Amino acid sequence: MTVQELPGAAAYRPTPPPAWKPITDPAPLLPDPEPHRVLGTDAVADVDPGLLLRLHAELVRGRRYNAQATALTKQGRLAVYPSSTGQEACEIAAALVLEERDWLFPSYRDTLAAVARGLDPVEALTLLRGDRHTGYDPREHRIAPLCTPLATQLPHAVGLAHAARLKGDDVVALAMVGDGGTSEGDFHEALNFAAVWKAPVVFFVQNNGFAISVPLAKQTAAPSLAHKAVGYGMPGRLVDGNDAAAVHQVLGEAVARARRGEGPTLVEAVTYRMEAHTNADDATRYRVDSEVEAWKAHDPVRLLERELTERGLLDDEGIAQAKEAAERMAAALRDRMNADPELVPMDLFTHVYAEQTSQLREQAAALRAELDAEQDHDEHDAEAGR
Amino acid sequence: MTTAAVTADGRRTKAKPATMAQALGRALRDSMAEDPTVHVLGEDVGTLGGVFRITDGLAKEFGDDRCTDTPLAEAGILGAAVGMAMYGLRPVVEMQFDAFAYPAFEQLMSHVAKMRNRTGGAMPLPITVRVPYGGGIGGVEHHSDSSEAYYMATPGLHVVTPATVDDAYGLLRESIASDDPVIFLEPKRLYWSKADWSPEAPAAVEPIGKAVVRRPGRSATLITYGPSLPVCMEAAEAALAEGWDLEVVDLRSLVPFDDETVAASVRRTGRAVVVHESPGFGGPGGEIAARITERCFHHLEAPVLRVAGFDIPYPPPMLERHHLPGVDRVLDAVARLQWEADS
Repeated sequence: MTVQELPGAAAYRPTPPPAWKPITDPAPLLPDPEPHRVLGTDAVADVDPGLLLRLHAELVRGRRYNAQATALTKQGRLAVYPSSTGQEACEIAAALVLEERDWLFPSYRDTLAAVARGLDPVEALTLLRGDRHTGYDPREHRIAPLCTPLATQLPHAVGLAHAARLKGDDVVALAMVGDGGTSEGDFHEALNFAAVWKAPVVFFVQNNGFAISVPLAKQTAAPSLAHKAVGYGMPGRLVDGNDAAAVHQVLGEAVARARRGEGPTLVEAVTYRMEAHTNADDATRYRVDSEVEAWKAHDPVRLLERELTERGLLDDEGIAQAKEAAERMAAALRDRMNADPELVPMDLFTHVYAEQTSQLREQAAALRAELDAEQDHDEHDAEAGR
Repeated sequence: MTTAAVTADGRRTKAKPATMAQALGRALRDSMAEDPTVHVLGEDVGTLGGVFRITDGLAKEFGDDRCTDTPLAEAGILGAAVGMAMYGLRPVVEMQFDAFAYPAFEQLMSHVAKMRNRTGGAMPLPITVRVPYGGGIGGVEHHSDSSEAYYMATPGLHVVTPATVDDAYGLLRESIASDDPVIFLEPKRLYWSKADWSPEAPAAVEPIGKAVVRRPGRSATLITYGPSLPVCMEAAEAALAEGWDLEVVDLRSLVPFDDETVAASVRRTGRAVVVHESPGFGGPGGEIAARITERCFHHLEAPVLRVAGFDIPYPPPMLERHHLPGVDRVLDAVARLQWEADS
């Protein structure tokens, strides 16, 4: 006798478990199959030409900033620089969509976003120069310290946005993370908290193809990183990360949505890291030239320049002007970075606690004595003509 | 015994027996009532009032926004607290049990402990992390760890642990008011210990960073904190029968460490035993013994000894009594302080 032949079996139909009901309809949360694009499409007609020109000028400056900072590593003026060359559209759009009262939570590769938001270009590099950690007051600029551990700044963005909403302040937090960072537990916890709390946060993933050397296919089996949003109950959006107008539009919509109190959005920008992970990395070990060449044809500066020149909004002279402005920025940065930073060894003990512990006071006194002895020694040598 | 306490405005109120758990709950309530930026968050802290009921009634009195049940994720809880503190709130985080706090270690080590330093003093984080810690309540694995050595080894954190009902209230109030992050270790086997205590006129206690001599003595010093204080007090009473008059120092705060009180005591007695239930190897006792030796070597009549938990993962509850330092083990250590050399 088979199971089907059991008496009464035909009448039995299991019902879903009592608790089963979907919390959210997943369909509206799903990203479009293709990354959103604006440049070279009909959608560009709706974009303010002034915005396009501003994006262009900032992109050119950003490209030059990356080149200058990389050069500074070769001169020993920076300990390390993770270049965002190729990703400038993401960096600039992230900075420009925010209001002054909003907060930016950058990762270590996002120096450019911080500078585009108005941070002093030298202060933005103190961490990477190595004279101090964070070279600026985060509250003054509403830019969290550049975050070196992966994805750990994402829950901070959630907590800050949540706190602002509790206080009745109209503030949005935009948190930047790379494709590798989406594998971290903090990414998951941050997205989950944000969705449950309906916090005004935008999670912005720059998928630049590699986590140091590991390609995306070895990082995730998800259809896209934007698809991960659905599991948390927030919309996922895919955008062409080299199309500055598209990134600005998608991030702008996500920020507006957060500001309306409708909760967080996960935005994935598909882009490419044209340089190595940092100046200390050798990218030829894990990627092929043909791939880099293909992305060069999709360069964010070129895409925008082509759009603007074809529409007659920018000519050779305009491009030359943008380059000159970028050169002036680079020259000023070079000059200032060529001055040795002032190092204050006693600062080692100043900002550990609000008040130094007796242990730190003892250690500070010992270092003070060492420094005094060094100085006496130097003076003695100078007197002796050595 | 009920004693009278005096309120700030001179009223006399009756002190009644209260548990450490009640005093901790009252400290949270009073801090929240006084300062609207104080927010409590954690798993089960709202409707349930916490698994130990420390946060009982807070959500009802102050609302879900001030006492928040979070998703079950320790890194997320502490990470969100960092962001809240960045925006000017004073978050008090509950880590349900000692070993449940480990997923939050990266947030703690990389951000909570370092933010003041990283930002050159611009952005201190006034976060209090409450961790019910230690054994002795019959908890199964991952519910009885003594994790203080990890926190002590991380510059930027204060590490505080009360052993009395007065300190539970006073030190928690002070921790919440501190502009620095505080790891507030609650000895969970003392949660139900009682003392005469008045919520209307709580006794003033010594500040964070100050150790207290709980029992003066002349023969040797027992240095301890948190759950091991009652053990040491009992040992000191029992030692009288051997003719030993033991001094007991309650550290109250492991960071900052009160070298002065500890060294003064050991210089008086010439002998010292450090008692704690966390594993001895790499534990607080080694650091404390080294500090004593550096400061009191010429006053010492004997090596500084440690009585600690074994260097094992916390044992199953039916065996934990063999692991936890008890009165006998403390007295054995005192007996090993080379008394014959003194006589």
